[in-house]
Amino acid sequence: MSNTRRLMCLAAATSALAIAATACGAPEEEGEGRGEVPDAAQDCANYEQFGSFEGETVSIFGSIRDTEADEMVEAWSYFEECTGVTIEYEGSGEFEADMKVRVDGGNAPSIALFPQPGLMANYADSLVPASDEVSALATEGWSEDWLNYGTIDGTLYAPPNSANAKSFIWYSPSFFSENGYEVPTTWDDLIAVSDQIAADGVMPWCAGFESGGATGWPGTDWIEDIVLREGTDLYDQWANHEIPFNDPQIVAAIEKAGSVVTNEDYIYNGVDTISSTPFQEAGYPILDGNCAMYRMASFYGAMWPADTNVAEDGDVFAFQFPEQNEGDNTMLVGGEFVAAFSDSEATEATRQFLASELYHNARLQTGPWSTAHQGVDPNNATTPINVLATQILTDPSVTVRFDASDIMPGEVGASSFWTGVIQWVDGSKDAQEIADDIENSWPQ
Amino acid sequence: MDISALTARFGLLAVGLAAFAVVMLALYGIAELASRRNRSRLVASVFLFPALLFLGVGLVYPAVRTFVMSFFNGDGTQFIAFDNYAWVFSDDDALQTLVNTALWIVIVPALSTALGLVYAVLIDGRRGERVYKALVFLPMGISFVGASIIWKFVYQYKASGDQLGLLNQLLVWVGLDPVNWLNNFPTNNFLLMVVLVWIEVGFATVVLSAALKGVPTEIIEAARIDGASPAQIFWNVTVPSIRSAIVVVAVTVFIATLKLFDIVRAMTGGHHGTDVLAHNMWDQAFRLGNDGRGATMAVLLFALVIPVVIYQVRNIRRQELEAR
Repeated sequence: MSNTRRLMCLAAATSALAIAATACGAPEEEGEGRGEVPDAAQDCANYEQFGSFEGETVSIFGSIRDTEADEMVEAWSYFEECTGVTIEYEGSGEFEADMKVRVDGGNAPSIALFPQPGLMANYADSLVPASDEVSALATEGWSEDWLNYGTIDGTLYAPPNSANAKSFIWYSPSFFSENGYEVPTTWDDLIAVSDQIAADGVMPWCAGFESGGATGWPGTDWIEDIVLREGTDLYDQWANHEIPFNDPQIVAAIEKAGSVVTNEDYIYNGVDTISSTPFQEAGYPILDGNCAMYRMASFYGAMWPADTNVAEDGDVFAFQFPEQNEGDNTMLVGGEFVAAFSDSEATEATRQFLASELYHNARLQTGPWSTAHQGVDPNNATTPINVLATQILTDPSVTVRFDASDIMPGEVGASSFWTGVIQWVDGSKDAQEIADDIENSWPQ
Repeated sequence: MDISALTARFGLLAVGLAAFAVVMLALYGIAELASRRNRSRLVASVFLFPALLFLGVGLVYPAVRTFVMSFFNGDGTQFIAFDNYAWVFSDDDALQTLVNTALWIVIVPALSTALGLVYAVLIDGRRGERVYKALVFLPMGISFVGASIIWKFVYQYKASGDQLGLLNQLLVWVGLDPVNWLNNFPTNNFLLMVVLVWIEVGFATVVLSAALKGVPTEIIEAARIDGASPAQIFWNVTVPSIRSAIVVVAVTVFIATLKLFDIVRAMTGGHHGTDVLAHNMWDQAFRLGNDGRGATMAVLLFALVIPVVIYQVRNIRRQELEAR
């Protein structure tokens, strides 16, 4: 849930939790994990196809800010130089609210980077559908799963920008190998290894759902991961409200997530601390050997303390969330979608550029980032975790599904679902009760 | 933005203002030409016109439209009569918002005024009165968001180890477990109120202290000679003498509390059962995209302010009559 992460970063910045503030999506030290625009993307000859628009301005509005935004701007700086387009980028910590004010007030940006497909669909009437050229680039660049999320009523509006892999479980490779634990690939293995670790006297799981005003969202990701592995059809029906939220299968999935999350034998510090443990710090006990695993998206790679070696042979790394059904290979994802409110030629050229392999390859190398664009070489990503994430995201055999809480209406996905998860881990309500509550909060 | 763009913009502004002045002068000239009998009325309407126009466009129209919107659904496409109002009074979260708002508007004005009054009386006439007054007035100079961030530090929570938050570190020092203050309902509501009280006490102190200076010493001395105790003097002489100042303070703080948004937004985002009307109005309309519900919240807010405004207007009118 990239938007909540940014919300979180806003909250962290205001609460000035030094640890969290430095951890917002980018490494704190210049140079580490930071790269350059690759040579090919510096050559103006590669930009001739987009045309020349001297003196024209394209405004881009998104939720990406600070270092991450600087790295993004750097990735398109040569596009600006070579085509003459001036891109005015603006990042907001209140993207949803600002977007509505701008569009309702007739000041829509030329291009918006929507972190939630559900939110984007609200503006379908004002959006400019993808041109044939953009559609061709999009079809070439992304799998059908991805493009479905940029499609409204059968018309493609927006190809993706970045992509986050969310179905990750962080662990300490050395702790696992020293104690002879195998990285689990199925749910049953996961439970078996959890039991084994618990029997050996270490708490198998860390968990923390605190995230300022967005407290609870890491729990929604847990439930989404389980539902997704029960079946992609079930997941789609659930996310689109074709089945009620309190459908028995969903309640069962919440209970299944609870077999880890609300299991007193599994959770370090106890289940009652989950809702008050900040998600940014929740994984740190792995470093001290106090817990073994922590379920959190790939962007958590940038949130470890400064001297942590995040690599397969380092202090911590992540493995893909285990599958329930044999042969499945699924990934819960997040990301932004590049939608346009203007039909000017410069905007069109910018859209083509942002959907191109040229941009995605350059962006992959200007800072820690991951993408689902088929044309990039995952090994160009600047950190090992982003290499792994990009490998999985660009693998055509992986079924991807977008974070359901970003597809559900705001009243649910950014409100009652969070509240429900908090009540659930606090023990004040059980799975059935929160599912009923959330179903009742669904806008009619 | 470079200088030329700025000058261009301000140039345009100047042209606009000049054009406005010309139009007004022309209208005034025409009014002057009218027959003497109608002249004053015409002149008055010419000069009232811009004010009425701005009032109409900027206040009356939006108010009416908000009222109308509250009878429509989320995106304003469907008339749903009183459904939004039914939602406010049946939905658990919305009811919680109303209950919280009620708590806020009772507790904060009462506590701010009471503390301000007590403080003003205690420091009245003492050496260093100005310094004491300045100290309690200082928070008034801090914006609501700034104050919220300061207090968020105070309430900051970490599950274990050294605490960043003052309050939790105090708990740790006396051997207790740290508490996640802002997530703990219903305590968190009162902790948020502390912030506003902290800000408003200074205002109350300064206004009430000034009023205290206006109480004639003759009355107090007369009461003392008659054998009244200090408590009796306070309740039967001082308080009635500064009654109007107390009302002004209470009403001002009441209105500030009713439209409170910043503290909730910056500290909890309205989660964990801390939402209030003004914040929920914004949340519904802008974050959750439900214009109808947002408008309903706005109408409720408006309805709650009206009685206070009427009371205050009457109060001022009575004072004016008394002053004559």
